[in-house]
Amino acid sequence: MTTEEHTARAMVEAVGIGRDFTVAEGRFPRRVKRVVPAVRSIDLTVRPGEIVACLGPNGAGKSSTMKMLTGILSPTRGSLRVAGLEPSRRRTTLARRIGVVFGQRTGLWWDLPLRDSLELTRHLYRVPAAEHAHRYAELTELLELGPFLSTPVRQLSLGQRMRGDLTAALLHNPRLLVLDEPTIGLDVVSKATIRSFLARLNREEGTTILLTTHDLGDVERLCERVVVIDRGSVAFDGGLDGLRARDPGSDIETVVAGLYRDGAARP
Amino acid sequence: MLVHGAVYARGLRRYSTYRAATLAGVLTNSVFGAINAMVLLALFGARPEINGYDATDAVTQVFIGQALIGVTLIISGPSLDLSTRIRTGDVAMDLLRPVPLQSWWLAQDLGRATFAFAWRGLPTFAVGALLFDLAAPDAPLATVVSLLLVAVLGFALRYLYTLSGFWILDVRGLWTLMGFVGPVAAGMMLPLALFPAPVADVLRLLPWASLVQIPAEIYLGKDTLPGGSALGGLALQAGWATVLLGLGAWVTGRATRKVVVQGG
Ligand SMILES: Nc1ncnc2c1ncn2[C@@H]1O[C@H](COP(=O)(O)OP(=O)(O)OP(=O)(O)O)[C@@H](O)[C@H]1O
Ligand SMILES: [Mg+2]
Repeated sequence: MTTEEHTARAMVEAVGIGRDFTVAEGRFPRRVKRVVPAVRSIDLTVRPGEIVACLGPNGAGKSSTMKMLTGILSPTRGSLRVAGLEPSRRRTTLARRIGVVFGQRTGLWWDLPLRDSLELTRHLYRVPAAEHAHRYAELTELLELGPFLSTPVRQLSLGQRMRGDLTAALLHNPRLLVLDEPTIGLDVVSKATIRSFLARLNREEGTTILLTTHDLGDVERLCERVVVIDRGSVAFDGGLDGLRARDPGSDIETVVAGLYRDGAARP
Repeated sequence: MLVHGAVYARGLRRYSTYRAATLAGVLTNSVFGAINAMVLLALFGARPEINGYDATDAVTQVFIGQALIGVTLIISGPSLDLSTRIRTGDVAMDLLRPVPLQSWWLAQDLGRATFAFAWRGLPTFAVGALLFDLAAPDAPLATVVSLLLVAVLGFALRYLYTLSGFWILDVRGLWTLMGFVGPVAAGMMLPLALFPAPVADVLRLLPWASLVQIPAEIYLGKDTLPGGSALGGLALQAGWATVLLGLGAWVTGRATRKVVVQGG
């Protein structure tokens, strides 16, 4: 089977992936090492063209899972393929095929105008000049970057910076976009801009999107499929309808909170 | 390769925003160089020649050393932003680029070093030349090549110090130690020629000497260089650059496979 065939079948194929951290506790003479399973065992298949949202309480293991998918954290167990590659072994090759945004961090050049970071992606991903220019113009318009392209990144607001990071992750037209909390800390207008942009990207270009969020609005606006992660395992994987159907009387927030509580009650 | 050129240009542009700090650097390095030079002149007043160095040689090397502080940055604390990025976990963003971590930071740091050389190194040396009698370069072309290798070596050493942060997280202790040992072993504080000959001969072969002592000897045309010629000195520098960058690439591989990117 070639890589291309594999990619066509599944964008993400995770079987039983998990990650343990070893942490040292206590002061020197009584220092003990303890193994913390941040992610116990996750099965997740994402097909091309899907938008999947990962929900889960703080510390559930969402970010750790995204790190494994993008190749910056190697799994302790399980097997994993993303865009046809084993992420931690082929990290730099995978980087050409996917776009990644970690909402809490920035990949932009802090001291330089936003434009400098965006223009660099052309060389970084070896995008032909004309194609890059076209996409740059398009993304600049859709995400309304025009007014602050010349502003140093450290002077941008959170929402402006997030749109900049999103653009930087998309200029090479990746088939898979991985977003860890892309709407964290944004106001309602910025959230709406980003949501409608992502929906359009998925609809018109068929980009597969995998995102984590604590905002149920993101899920309702964007996703047909929801994966709830709790204590490092998948607690629910299915359609939004399926999630609602678990407790038809109450709203979606109550259902999700119930899922988190179920998890907490488990031994 | 194109991408590294673009990163180099951004490194250069980025550091050129720190003008006031650069000016302060010129002042500090010039004053320290002048004090150091006067002490050495007093020393050479008693003995006109020590291990092949006369007063002019020694004072010239002092100012070469001062001029290279800003380029090599081996004196101060953690001086590669990468240190902070490893501690906070922002290095995740660096690892998500389709370019090896080391070459990305090398390109950026060479941009910084170019700025530091033009705006801090050269002015410091010029102040030295105004105040004291400095020697003219014996082999200008070899000196230029040697300075390029200094910039690469300065990066390679600091990159290795920095990578230890993947294991020990707080690298300040290591930097304090290396910030003292490195410059002494480099001949940045005092020419190695003033050390007892057996000590100097060993130190000359270590990587730090290739940052100041070896380029100074190339500039001054000394026959204490390996093979007795500028070419031998350049070969030593290039050898260390290859070894240290190779080591850096290997450690990067281990660090990113075994070790953890911090933070949610
Ligand atoms: N470097 C680390 N060393 C030790 N433990 C870690 C490390 N990184 C994460 N953990 C632990 O792993 C668990 C999962 O963390 P993770 O960041 O994946 O959670 P999350 O689902 O993204 O949470 P949040 O919603 O708060 O962002 C947490 O219990 C956390 O304490
Ligand atoms: Mg998280």
